[in-house]
Amino acid sequence: MTEPIIIKTVGLKKQYQDVTALDGLNLSVPSGSIYGLLGRNGAGKTTAMKTLMGLVRPTAGTAQVFGLAADQSATSILIRQRTGFVSDERDLYESMTVADLIAFTAAFYPRWRADMAARYVRSFDLPQSRAVKALSRGARTKLALLLALCRGAELLILDEATSGLDPVAAEEVLQALISHVANEGTTVFFSSHQIAEVEQIADHVAIIDRGRAVLEGALDDLREAYRRVELVFEGDAPATQFHSPGVVRVERRGRALSVFASSGAEQIIEEARSLGPVSAETHHVTLKEVFLELISREG
Amino acid sequence: MLFRPNPASGVPIYLQLIEQVKHAVETGALRPGEQLPGIRPLSEELVINPNTVAKAYRELEHEGIIELRQGAGAFVAAHAGALRQTEKLRGARTVVAAAVKQLRARGVTDQEIRRLYEAALAAIRGKDGSND
Repeated sequence: MTEPIIIKTVGLKKQYQDVTALDGLNLSVPSGSIYGLLGRNGAGKTTAMKTLMGLVRPTAGTAQVFGLAADQSATSILIRQRTGFVSDERDLYESMTVADLIAFTAAFYPRWRADMAARYVRSFDLPQSRAVKALSRGARTKLALLLALCRGAELLILDEATSGLDPVAAEEVLQALISHVANEGTTVFFSSHQIAEVEQIADHVAIIDRGRAVLEGALDDLREAYRRVELVFEGDAPATQFHSPGVVRVERRGRALSVFASSGAEQIIEEARSLGPVSAETHHVTLKEVFLELISREG
Repeated sequence: MLFRPNPASGVPIYLQLIEQVKHAVETGALRPGEQLPGIRPLSEELVINPNTVAKAYRELEHEGIIELRQGAGAFVAAHAGALRQTEKLRGARTVVAAAVKQLRARGVTDQEIRRLYEAALAAIRGKDGSND
Protein backbone atom coordinates (compact mmCIF):
# COMPACT_ATOMS: atom_id res chain seq x y z
CA MET A 1 0.00 0.00 0.00
CA THR A 2 1.50 3.31 -1.00
CA GLU A 3 -0.13 6.37 0.49
CA PRO A 4 0.06 9.73 -1.22
CA ILE A 5 2.87 11.97 -0.01
CA ILE A 6 1.75 14.95 2.06
CA ILE A 7 5.11 16.59 2.74
CA LYS A 8 8.03 16.36 0.34
CA THR A 9 11.33 18.17 0.57
CA VAL A 10 14.09 17.71 -1.98
CA GLY A 11 17.61 19.00 -1.43
CA LEU A 12 16.30 21.63 0.97
CA LYS A 13 18.99 24.11 2.06
CA LYS A 14 18.96 27.03 4.43
CA GLN A 15 22.04 29.13 4.99
CA TYR A 16 22.14 31.85 7.65
CA GLN A 17 25.33 33.87 7.12
CA ASP A 18 27.92 31.35 8.33
CA VAL A 19 25.50 28.79 9.76
CA THR A 20 24.10 25.98 7.61
CA ALA A 21 20.76 25.04 9.17
CA LEU A 22 19.58 22.72 6.38
CA ASP A 23 22.04 21.03 4.08
CA GLY A 24 20.14 19.14 1.40
CA LEU A 25 17.25 17.74 3.42
CA ASN A 26 15.14 15.05 1.71
CA LEU A 27 11.94 13.97 3.45
CA SER A 28 8.72 12.25 2.33
CA VAL A 29 5.80 12.12 4.75
CA PRO A 30 3.01 9.75 3.66
CA SER A 31 -0.64 10.61 4.21
CA GLY A 32 -2.14 9.25 7.43
CA SER A 33 1.23 8.60 9.06
CA ILE A 34 2.56 9.70 12.40
CA TYR A 35 5.98 10.84 11.36
CA GLY A 36 8.64 11.47 14.02
CA LEU A 37 11.58 13.74 13.33
CA LEU A 38 14.55 13.03 15.59
CA GLY A 39 17.74 15.01 15.90
CA ARG A 40 20.02 16.80 18.30
CA ASN A 41 19.55 20.46 19.20
CA GLY A 42 20.48 22.53 16.18
CA ALA A 43 20.14 19.60 13.76
CA GLY A 44 17.63 21.60 11.69
CA LYS A 45 14.28 20.28 12.93
CA THR A 46 12.73 23.66 13.72
CA THR A 47 14.08 25.27 10.54
CA ALA A 48 12.60 22.42 8.49
CA MET A 49 9.17 22.88 10.08
CA LYS A 50 9.23 26.64 9.71
CA THR A 51 10.18 26.26 6.06
CA LEU A 52 7.15 24.01 5.51
CA MET A 53 4.94 26.65 7.13
CA GLY A 54 6.36 29.41 4.92
CA LEU A 55 8.01 31.16 7.88
CA VAL A 56 11.54 30.55 6.61
CA ARG A 57 12.55 30.95 2.97
CA PRO A 58 14.89 28.19 1.77
CA THR A 59 18.23 29.08 0.16
CA ALA A 60 17.91 26.17 -2.29
CA GLY A 61 15.85 23.07 -2.94
CA THR A 62 12.10 22.58 -2.82
CA ALA A 63 9.52 21.98 -0.10
CA GLN A 64 5.96 20.94 -0.91
CA VAL A 65 2.98 20.39 1.37
CA PHE A 66 -0.19 18.89 -0.18
CA GLY A 67 1.71 19.25 -3.48
CA LEU A 68 1.82 23.04 -3.00
CA ALA A 69 5.05 25.06 -2.92
CA ALA A 70 5.85 26.16 0.64
CA ASP A 71 8.01 29.11 -0.42
CA GLN A 72 5.39 30.96 -2.52
CA SER A 73 3.15 33.29 -0.52
CA ALA A 74 -0.01 32.41 -2.49
CA THR A 75 0.31 28.66 -1.97
CA SER A 76 1.74 29.02 1.52
CA ILE A 77 -1.56 30.56 2.68
CA LEU A 78 -3.40 27.51 1.35
CA ILE A 79 -0.99 25.23 3.21
CA ARG A 80 -1.49 27.11 6.47
CA GLN A 81 -5.28 26.93 6.15
CA ARG A 82 -5.07 23.13 6.06
CA THR A 83 -2.35 22.68 8.69
CA GLY A 84 -2.29 22.97 12.47
CA PHE A 85 1.14 24.15 13.61
CA VAL A 86 2.47 24.18 17.17
CA SER A 87 5.75 26.08 17.18
CA ASP A 88 8.49 25.48 19.71
CA GLU A 89 7.84 28.94 21.17
CA ARG A 90 4.15 28.16 21.81
CA ASP A 91 3.48 31.77 20.83
CA LEU A 92 -0.02 32.58 22.01
CA TYR A 93 -1.77 35.85 22.81
CA GLU A 94 -0.52 36.33 26.36
CA SER A 95 -3.15 38.68 27.78
CA MET A 96 -6.21 36.73 26.69
CA THR A 97 -7.87 34.20 28.93
CA VAL A 98 -8.00 30.57 27.84
CA ALA A 99 -11.71 30.80 26.97
CA ASP A 100 -11.24 34.05 25.01
CA LEU A 101 -8.31 32.70 23.04
CA ILE A 102 -10.28 29.59 22.10
CA ALA A 103 -13.28 31.70 20.97
CA PHE A 104 -10.96 34.11 19.13
CA THR A 105 -9.18 31.29 17.28
CA ALA A 106 -12.45 29.48 16.48
CA ALA A 107 -13.68 32.55 14.56
CA PHE A 108 -10.92 32.12 11.97
CA TYR A 109 -11.71 28.53 11.04
CA PRO A 110 -14.98 27.52 9.38
CA ARG A 111 -14.30 23.85 10.23
CA TRP A 112 -13.70 24.59 13.94
CA ARG A 113 -14.79 21.72 16.18
CA ALA A 114 -16.43 23.32 19.21
CA ASP A 115 -17.46 19.94 20.65
CA MET A 116 -13.88 18.71 20.48
CA ALA A 117 -12.55 21.94 22.04
CA ALA A 118 -14.94 21.60 24.98
CA ARG A 119 -13.83 17.99 25.43
CA TYR A 120 -10.13 18.87 25.43
CA VAL A 121 -10.64 21.77 27.85
CA ARG A 122 -12.04 19.18 30.25
CA SER A 123 -9.59 16.34 29.62
CA PHE A 124 -6.58 18.68 29.63
CA ASP A 125 -7.96 20.35 32.76
CA LEU A 126 -7.39 23.87 31.37
CA PRO A 127 -8.45 26.79 33.62
CA GLN A 128 -10.77 28.72 31.29
CA SER A 129 -10.70 32.07 33.03
CA ARG A 130 -6.94 32.21 33.56
CA ALA A 131 -4.79 34.47 31.39
CA VAL A 132 -2.51 32.65 28.98
CA LYS A 133 0.58 34.31 30.46
CA ALA A 134 -0.23 32.77 33.86
CA LEU A 135 -0.36 29.20 32.53
CA SER A 136 2.19 26.55 33.41
CA ARG A 137 4.45 25.24 30.64
CA GLY A 138 2.38 22.06 30.45
CA ALA A 139 -0.97 23.87 30.25
CA ARG A 140 0.44 26.19 27.58
CA THR A 141 1.49 23.24 25.45
CA LYS A 142 -1.89 21.59 25.89
CA LEU A 143 -3.68 24.81 24.93
CA ALA A 144 -1.50 25.23 21.82
CA LEU A 145 -2.24 21.61 20.90
CA LEU A 146 -5.98 22.09 21.46
CA LEU A 147 -5.98 25.10 19.11
CA ALA A 148 -4.15 23.07 16.45
CA LEU A 149 -6.34 19.95 16.83
CA CYS A 150 -9.76 21.62 16.80
CA ARG A 151 -9.43 23.58 13.59
CA GLY A 152 -10.18 20.56 11.44
CA ALA A 153 -6.71 20.49 9.92
CA GLU A 154 -5.60 17.63 7.65
CA LEU A 155 -2.01 17.93 8.83
CA LEU A 156 -0.48 18.66 12.22
CA ILE A 157 3.07 19.93 12.50
CA LEU A 158 4.28 19.86 16.09
CA ASP A 159 7.67 21.16 17.11
CA GLU A 160 8.78 19.41 20.33
CA ALA A 161 5.23 18.37 21.14
CA THR A 162 5.98 17.26 24.69
CA SER A 163 9.09 19.17 25.71
CA GLY A 164 8.94 20.55 29.23
CA LEU A 165 6.05 18.28 30.19
CA ASP A 166 6.13 15.89 33.12
CA PRO A 167 5.58 12.21 32.20
CA VAL A 168 1.87 12.28 33.05
CA ALA A 169 1.20 15.40 30.98
CA ALA A 170 3.33 14.04 28.14
CA GLU A 171 1.31 10.81 28.09
CA GLU A 172 -1.94 12.85 28.03
CA VAL A 173 -0.68 14.76 25.01
CA LEU A 174 0.31 11.53 23.22
CA GLN A 175 -3.06 10.01 24.05
CA ALA A 176 -4.85 13.04 22.60
CA LEU A 177 -2.74 12.79 19.46
CA ILE A 178 -3.34 9.06 19.00
CA SER A 179 -7.05 9.37 19.55
CA HIS A 180 -7.19 12.31 17.14
CA VAL A 181 -5.35 10.35 14.45
CA ALA A 182 -7.46 7.23 15.04
CA ASN A 183 -10.70 9.16 14.70
CA GLU A 184 -9.87 11.86 12.15
CA GLY A 185 -7.15 10.25 10.01
CA THR A 186 -4.95 13.34 10.35
CA THR A 187 -1.31 13.18 9.29
CA VAL A 188 1.10 14.15 12.10
CA PHE A 189 4.63 15.42 11.55
CA PHE A 190 6.33 15.97 14.90
CA SER A 191 9.80 16.54 16.23
CA SER A 192 11.02 15.24 19.54
CA HIS A 193 14.01 14.67 21.74
CA GLN A 194 12.21 11.76 23.33
CA ILE A 195 13.23 8.71 21.34
CA ALA A 196 10.93 6.57 23.50
CA GLU A 197 7.88 8.58 22.52
CA VAL A 198 8.78 8.43 18.84
CA GLU A 199 9.13 4.64 19.14
CA GLN A 200 5.78 4.50 20.86
CA ILE A 201 3.54 6.45 18.50
CA ALA A 202 5.34 6.95 15.17
CA ASP A 203 5.07 4.68 12.15
CA HIS A 204 7.64 6.65 10.16
CA VAL A 205 10.83 8.29 11.35
CA ALA A 206 13.66 10.41 10.10
CA ILE A 207 16.88 11.09 11.96
CA ILE A 208 18.40 14.37 10.94
CA ASP A 209 21.93 15.47 11.64
CA ARG A 210 23.54 18.71 10.51
CA GLY A 211 20.66 19.60 8.26
CA ARG A 212 20.45 16.25 6.44
CA ALA A 213 18.38 13.12 6.90
CA VAL A 214 20.83 10.35 7.82
CA LEU A 215 17.97 7.85 7.96
CA GLU A 216 14.35 7.85 6.86
CA GLY A 217 11.71 5.17 6.60
CA ALA A 218 8.91 3.11 8.08
CA LEU A 219 9.78 2.33 11.69
CA ASP A 220 8.83 -1.34 11.36
CA ASP A 221 11.10 -1.72 8.32
CA LEU A 222 13.99 -0.23 10.31
CA ARG A 223 13.28 -2.53 13.24
CA GLU A 224 13.30 -5.50 10.90
CA ALA A 225 16.45 -4.45 9.05
CA TYR A 226 18.79 -3.15 11.77
CA ARG A 227 20.69 -5.74 13.80
CA ARG A 228 23.71 -6.10 15.99
CA VAL A 229 25.71 -9.24 15.24
CA GLU A 230 27.78 -10.43 18.19
CA LEU A 231 30.65 -12.77 17.38
CA VAL A 232 32.80 -14.50 19.98
CA PHE A 233 36.14 -16.14 19.18
CA GLU A 234 38.33 -18.68 20.89
CA GLY A 235 41.21 -16.22 21.15
CA ASP A 236 41.42 -12.49 20.44
CA ALA A 237 38.87 -11.35 17.87
CA PRO A 238 40.47 -10.89 14.44
CA ALA A 239 40.94 -7.35 13.14
CA THR A 240 38.95 -7.82 9.99
CA GLN A 241 37.08 -5.82 7.41
CA PHE A 242 33.52 -6.85 6.53
CA HIS A 243 32.44 -6.49 2.94
CA SER A 244 28.76 -7.31 3.36
CA PRO A 245 26.55 -4.36 2.48
CA GLY A 246 24.78 -2.93 5.52
CA VAL A 247 27.76 -2.98 7.89
CA VAL A 248 27.73 0.36 9.70
CA ARG A 249 30.37 -0.18 12.33
CA VAL A 250 32.55 -2.97 13.72
CA GLU A 251 33.69 -2.88 17.34
CA ARG A 252 36.43 -5.15 18.60
CA ARG A 253 36.81 -5.94 22.27
CA GLY A 254 38.89 -8.85 23.53
CA ARG A 255 37.41 -12.06 22.19
CA ALA A 256 34.25 -10.35 20.93
CA LEU A 257 33.37 -8.57 17.70
CA SER A 258 30.22 -6.51 17.53
CA VAL A 259 28.92 -5.62 14.09
CA PHE A 260 26.24 -2.94 13.83
CA ALA A 261 24.33 -3.39 10.57
CA SER A 262 21.55 -1.54 8.78
CA SER A 263 20.56 -4.73 6.93
CA GLY A 264 21.69 -8.20 5.88
CA ALA A 265 22.55 -9.74 9.26
CA GLU A 266 22.43 -13.26 7.71
CA GLN A 267 24.99 -12.33 5.10
CA ILE A 268 27.28 -10.91 7.79
CA ILE A 269 27.10 -14.15 9.77
CA GLU A 270 27.80 -16.06 6.58
CA GLU A 271 30.84 -13.86 5.94
CA ALA A 272 32.01 -14.26 9.55
CA ARG A 273 31.86 -18.04 9.30
CA SER A 274 35.25 -18.15 7.57
CA LEU A 275 36.76 -16.52 10.66
CA GLY A 276 35.62 -19.46 12.77
CA PRO A 277 33.70 -17.80 15.62
CA VAL A 278 32.68 -20.04 18.54
CA SER A 279 29.35 -18.25 18.65
CA ALA A 280 27.40 -15.87 16.42
CA GLU A 281 24.21 -14.18 17.54
CA THR A 282 22.00 -11.46 16.14
CA HIS A 283 20.16 -8.99 18.34
CA HIS A 284 17.38 -6.51 17.70
CA VAL A 285 18.45 -2.93 18.22
CA THR A 286 16.43 -0.09 19.65
CA LEU A 287 15.81 3.21 17.91
CA LYS A 288 18.03 4.81 20.52
CA GLU A 289 20.98 2.63 19.49
CA VAL A 290 20.35 3.45 15.83
CA PHE A 291 20.21 7.14 16.70
CA LEU A 292 23.46 7.06 18.66
CA GLU A 293 25.23 5.15 15.87
CA LEU A 294 24.13 7.47 13.09
CA ILE A 295 24.48 10.98 14.46
CA SER A 296 27.78 12.77 14.76
CA ARG A 297 29.01 12.99 18.33
CA GLU A 298 31.46 15.84 18.18
CA GLY A 299 30.42 19.42 18.86
CA MET B 1 -7.76 -8.98 27.39
CA LEU B 2 -4.52 -7.19 28.19
CA PHE B 3 -1.91 -6.54 25.55
CA ARG B 4 1.35 -4.91 26.51
CA PRO B 5 3.73 -4.27 23.65
CA ASN B 6 7.05 -2.74 24.60
CA PRO B 7 7.89 0.01 22.08
CA ALA B 8 11.53 0.15 23.21
CA SER B 9 12.36 -3.54 22.67
CA GLY B 10 13.50 -3.08 19.06
CA VAL B 11 10.95 -5.68 17.89
CA PRO B 12 8.26 -4.18 15.63
CA ILE B 13 5.19 -3.39 17.75
CA TYR B 14 2.82 -5.10 15.30
CA LEU B 15 4.84 -8.34 15.64
CA GLN B 16 4.64 -8.09 19.43
CA LEU B 17 0.86 -7.63 19.20
CA ILE B 18 0.56 -10.61 16.87
CA GLU B 19 2.54 -12.78 19.29
CA GLN B 20 0.48 -11.58 22.26
CA VAL B 21 -2.81 -12.34 20.49
CA LYS B 22 -1.52 -15.79 19.46
CA HIS B 23 -0.37 -16.45 22.99
CA ALA B 24 -3.77 -15.42 24.35
CA VAL B 25 -5.44 -17.84 21.92
CA GLU B 26 -3.01 -20.60 22.88
CA THR B 27 -3.57 -20.19 26.61
CA GLY B 28 -7.31 -19.85 26.16
CA ALA B 29 -7.40 -16.28 27.43
CA LEU B 30 -9.07 -15.62 24.07
CA ARG B 31 -11.43 -18.30 22.79
CA PRO B 32 -12.78 -18.93 19.28
CA GLY B 33 -15.63 -16.57 18.49
CA GLU B 34 -14.64 -14.01 21.10
CA GLN B 35 -14.28 -10.39 20.12
CA LEU B 36 -11.01 -8.46 20.19
CA PRO B 37 -10.91 -4.74 20.94
CA GLY B 38 -11.40 -2.52 17.89
CA ILE B 39 -8.46 -0.86 16.18
CA ARG B 40 -9.24 2.64 17.49
CA PRO B 41 -10.00 1.72 21.10
CA LEU B 42 -6.93 -0.52 21.29
CA SER B 43 -4.61 2.10 19.82
CA GLU B 44 -6.03 4.68 22.23
CA GLU B 45 -5.69 2.34 25.20
CA LEU B 46 -2.10 1.34 24.43
CA VAL B 47 -1.20 4.80 23.08
CA ILE B 48 0.27 3.32 19.93
CA ASN B 49 -0.25 4.13 16.29
CA PRO B 50 -3.63 2.92 14.91
CA ASN B 51 -1.85 1.89 11.69
CA THR B 52 0.25 -0.49 13.80
CA VAL B 53 -2.82 -2.16 15.30
CA ALA B 54 -4.43 -2.37 11.85
CA LYS B 55 -1.28 -4.00 10.47
CA ALA B 56 -1.25 -6.61 13.26
CA TYR B 57 -4.95 -7.42 12.71
CA ARG B 58 -4.49 -7.73 8.95
CA GLU B 59 -1.60 -10.15 9.46
CA LEU B 60 -3.56 -12.16 12.06
CA GLU B 61 -6.48 -12.37 9.64
CA HIS B 62 -4.14 -13.51 6.89
CA GLU B 63 -2.84 -16.27 9.16
CA GLY B 64 -6.38 -17.33 9.97
CA ILE B 65 -6.13 -16.52 13.68
CA ILE B 66 -8.83 -13.84 13.62
CA GLU B 67 -11.69 -12.79 11.35
CA LEU B 68 -12.37 -9.17 10.54
CA ARG B 69 -16.08 -8.61 10.04
CA GLN B 70 -17.02 -5.41 8.26
CA GLY B 71 -18.34 -2.93 10.79
CA ALA B 72 -18.54 -5.49 13.60
CA GLY B 73 -14.87 -5.76 14.56
CA ALA B 74 -12.33 -8.52 15.03
CA PHE B 75 -13.13 -12.01 16.30
CA VAL B 76 -11.02 -15.03 17.14
CA ALA B 77 -11.42 -17.53 14.29
CA ALA B 78 -13.20 -20.80 14.95
CA HIS B 79 -10.14 -22.89 14.07
CA ALA B 80 -7.53 -20.57 15.55
CA GLY B 81 -6.38 -23.13 18.14
CA ALA B 82 -5.88 -25.92 15.62
CA LEU B 83 -4.06 -23.58 13.25
CA ARG B 84 -1.77 -22.61 16.06
CA GLN B 85 -0.89 -26.27 16.61
CA THR B 86 0.08 -26.92 12.96
CA GLU B 87 2.02 -23.70 12.94
CA LYS B 88 3.89 -24.76 16.05
CA LEU B 89 4.92 -28.01 14.41
CA ARG B 90 5.90 -26.25 11.21
CA GLY B 91 8.10 -23.88 13.21
CA ALA B 92 9.64 -26.78 15.11
CA ARG B 93 10.42 -28.57 11.86
CA THR B 94 12.38 -25.53 10.65
CA VAL B 95 14.42 -25.45 13.85
CA VAL B 96 15.24 -29.14 13.65
CA ALA B 97 16.08 -28.91 9.94
CA ALA B 98 18.48 -26.04 10.60
CA ALA B 99 20.17 -27.92 13.45
CA VAL B 100 20.57 -31.05 11.30
CA LYS B 101 22.04 -29.00 8.47
CA GLN B 102 24.55 -27.33 10.80
CA LEU B 103 25.59 -30.62 12.36
CA ARG B 104 26.08 -32.24 8.94
CA ALA B 105 28.19 -29.26 7.91
CA ARG B 106 30.43 -30.00 10.89
CA GLY B 107 30.80 -33.57 9.68
CA VAL B 108 28.47 -35.23 12.19
CA THR B 109 26.87 -38.29 10.58
CA ASP B 110 23.09 -38.85 10.45
CA GLN B 111 23.48 -41.80 12.76
CA GLU B 112 25.31 -39.64 15.30
CA ILE B 113 22.72 -36.87 14.96
CA ARG B 114 19.91 -39.33 15.73
CA ARG B 115 21.81 -40.57 18.81
CA LEU B 116 22.53 -37.01 19.95
CA TYR B 117 18.84 -36.08 19.71
CA GLU B 118 17.83 -39.15 21.66
CA ALA B 119 20.49 -38.44 24.26
CA ALA B 120 19.46 -34.80 24.58
CA LEU B 121 15.78 -35.71 25.01
CA ALA B 122 16.69 -38.33 27.58
CA ALA B 123 18.95 -35.93 29.47
CA ILE B 124 16.22 -33.25 29.61
CA ARG B 125 13.60 -35.82 30.65
CA GLY B 126 15.92 -36.92 33.42
CA LYS B 127 16.39 -33.34 34.58
CA ASP B 128 12.83 -32.03 34.85
CA GLY B 129 10.91 -35.28 34.55
CA SER B 130 8.25 -33.71 32.37
CA ASN B 131 7.26 -33.33 28.76
CA ASP B 132 6.59 -36.58 27.01
